[in-house]
Amino acid sequence: MNYPLHLAILVLLWGYIYTSWSLMGRVGLVSFGHGAFMGIGAYSVMMLWNHFGVSPWIGGLVALAASALVALLIGYPCFRFRIVGHYFALVTLALSEVTRLVIIALRDYTGGSLGATPGAAPGIAAVQFASKETWLVIVAAFWLGGLWVWRAVERSMGRLALQAVSEEEEAAASIGIHVTRAKLRVTLISALMTCAGGILYAQYQLYVNPDTVSGIAISLQMVFGAIAGGMFVMLGPTVGAAFTLLLAEGLRLWFGNRYPALDSTVYGVMLVLFIIYMPKGILGATLALLGRRRLTPAKRQA
Amino acid sequence: MSDIFDVFLLEAVLNGLLLGGLLALLSLGLNLIFGVIDVVWICYAELIMCGMYAVYYLHVQFHWPLLLAMLAAIALVALLGWLLHQFVIRPVLSAEPINQLLVTGGVLFFLQAAATLAFGIDFKNLGVTLPAVRLGELSFSAARLLAFAVALAGALGLYLFLNRSYLGTAIRAISQDRAVMPLMGVNPARIFSITSALGGGLAGLAACLLVLQYDIHPAIGLSFGPITFLICVLGGLGNMLGGFVAAFIFAQFIAVGGFFFHLEWGYVIAFVFFIGVMFLRPRGIFSR
Repeated sequence: MNYPLHLAILVLLWGYIYTSWSLMGRVGLVSFGHGAFMGIGAYSVMMLWNHFGVSPWIGGLVALAASALVALLIGYPCFRFRIVGHYFALVTLALSEVTRLVIIALRDYTGGSLGATPGAAPGIAAVQFASKETWLVIVAAFWLGGLWVWRAVERSMGRLALQAVSEEEEAAASIGIHVTRAKLRVTLISALMTCAGGILYAQYQLYVNPDTVSGIAISLQMVFGAIAGGMFVMLGPTVGAAFTLLLAEGLRLWFGNRYPALDSTVYGVMLVLFIIYMPKGILGATLALLGRRRLTPAKRQA
Repeated sequence: MSDIFDVFLLEAVLNGLLLGGLLALLSLGLNLIFGVIDVVWICYAELIMCGMYAVYYLHVQFHWPLLLAMLAAIALVALLGWLLHQFVIRPVLSAEPINQLLVTGGVLFFLQAAATLAFGIDFKNLGVTLPAVRLGELSFSAARLLAFAVALAGALGLYLFLNRSYLGTAIRAISQDRAVMPLMGVNPARIFSITSALGGGLAGLAACLLVLQYDIHPAIGLSFGPITFLICVLGGLGNMLGGFVAAFIFAQFIAVGGFFFHLEWGYVIAFVFFIGVMFLRPRGIFSR
């Protein structure tokens, strides 16, 4: 009974993180650096707890503040100096690598590449729960919160402004959109949410490793999860998370553990095909298809 | 005391110079592709990994002579570069630029996973060790000296090809104006295919030199992929001379930073430097 529950928790948790990423991705801010925010969240909380006995409740606030600071330090100059497209992706890629390398370099405190576990103290003070049901409720709450933010951003003026900016930055600026401020706001929201995701991930797994919470690999995982599901629709990133996880688990049940990385191989091929033939992602393309079917008879009448 | 310190520092600086040669070679192919086709191959380091596996299997498993195995690996990666262009890049050439970046990211996932599936996750070593070269109190790895020399030769060869041959001139012309050149009788599709194969070949060449220094494993691309992109961006994407200089700057940060602190801190300093430069000169240090 624990296994389906575990899967559900992971789908919702990653769905929440991919949703956080897609807040930026969908307005053309393709960040390859969200691993940095996840890493800051996971590691600051755990290090404060392990070395200073600071409760994750306080540590979480510190981690969020640190993420906000990093997001501003990177975001402000990027947007101020109009670093967009490839260049934005690569600058943020450098950020996620810096985070990973700093974690590894501070191996005396963080355990380096071997990872770290928080000192055990079950209970609410240390945010360590043995019961999977508790985690399901927590993660579901964050996931719903993430969707609510997504919808709030979707309906805001800021989103329309950013859409305009992503299509034609000069034109958008000329009609009075404060480009830097609009981009910075969504970056801050997205970074804070991702940081919270990192904290949840670390507290749920009770183990972190620089490669599983920061660096290029995890950053790309977020980008592709959101794209596979469809980053332009609310539930798209969640569908992406469910799809990747079920693909991995399905292939593992089917073939056993004989072929490690078979799921990633299949996933890699599908990603390439998605980006070429279905850039709206699974859910986006499905909804577009359904929408067209629904529209066709009406059009015929008119 | 300070004498010994200076000797080691000098050694770090010179080793940085040698590392710079290798990084410059890594960035050549990526820069060529970007300059001509305007696409960043995020999976470039994974192509190099394929070349490294090719050298390993041909030499160790099939007992080909090392030089022949290397030539075959270069040809194989050139073929991979061509295939990548035909089947992955071509369909998205007219799509949004960011999709081109993402699609090669998908290829990165695929190649890395396929290598794990096919070759397993254990580290493979070519088993060829080049001797260390001693110069007074300093010692250098011969593999690094060789890589440095080949990097310079490769850059020179590419320069001559682009500037002296008819085909090279056509490639440069396409990179300067994609709209006009077809009118002058240059077929862009053909030029793109040739450039992709050439870029792949350069990745293969880099693979041959890396395999002499490093163990091969499926995730090796992640360890030098990011730094290769950053070098290209620092020098100005598509600007090969800029990339060359940037490679040496980066290598010094890594070598000397690593000497004073720890290797990871060398990388951290180099990456932070990169981010800082991007804010001051977003189009690279040699942008006009």
